[in-house]
Amino acid sequence: MSEVPEVFRQIAERMVEVTPQAAALGMRFVSVAPARGSLSVPWREDLVGDPDTQVIAGGVVTTLLDHTCGLAMAAAAGTEPFSTATLDLRIDYMRPAAARTGITCEAHCYKITRSIGFVRAEAWDVDRADLVATAQAAFILNRPNA
Amino acid sequence: MTTAAEQLESFLKRVPYIRFIGMQAELAGDEMTAILPPKPELIGNTFIPALHGGVIGAFLEMTALAQLSVAEPTRRIPKTIDVTIEYLRPGRGGLISYARADLRKVGRRIANVHVEAWQDDRDKPFAALRGHFLLSNDHR
Repeated sequence: MSEVPEVFRQIAERMVEVTPQAAALGMRFVSVAPARGSLSVPWREDLVGDPDTQVIAGGVVTTLLDHTCGLAMAAAAGTEPFSTATLDLRIDYMRPAAARTGITCEAHCYKITRSIGFVRAEAWDVDRADLVATAQAAFILNRPNA
Repeated sequence: MTTAAEQLESFLKRVPYIRFIGMQAELAGDEMTAILPPKPELIGNTFIPALHGGVIGAFLEMTALAQLSVAEPTRRIPKTIDVTIEYLRPGRGGLISYARADLRKVGRRIANVHVEAWQDDRDKPFAALRGHFLLSNDHR
């Protein structure tokens, strides 16, 4: 798969609207490419984790990383119907995000088999080179036709 | 001097994100149980329906932080260094979720915490977390 079909791009764009928690966070679609996806969450007062610093909560970053990893999985799995579930998710927090600033995340599914996908993701606030968090995840893939 | 219950109450009230997911907690002695009542906005998979994996991870992380706020009355909220979340079963969207944290080691600067979450059966946890938290106020 050298490029993402237009129909899949539309599905990916809708993924954030049809998932109740993604919609509740105000998650936004950024981009999708083969085995890759990018999403963001703008800063909002009710998503703050520490009122002293006004930094967005770690839990928001966790959900954004998980969701973006899921998008990368979908972008890697091809056009066959499938469902997926997270097996594990490891997150390293390099530094707190900037005050009153949203988060952007990019994920890459670097290996996919019939049943398992391995995904890495990075999250940043302002500068793509100055990361807030990284994640490593494994997903199980259920293909009804397999 | 504030009691553990007051400590916990003030932590839960202080964090806007805890109100966003609707997390509560109960204290019996020094044992805290975190509670996440079902809410349609917490769903990540509408077919099952199941809680969003990120919400589950966040609930476990907030449980660790709440337990630390009870045990370690530091002035600042600890900073999460790393977490590993294991998903054992789907978190069913219509059920109440519970979680308890085990402070494996609370050092001078670092705490190691394990958390387990379950729904209707304590012996069938649906998710677990292991994590490190920075307790001191020094800047990284």
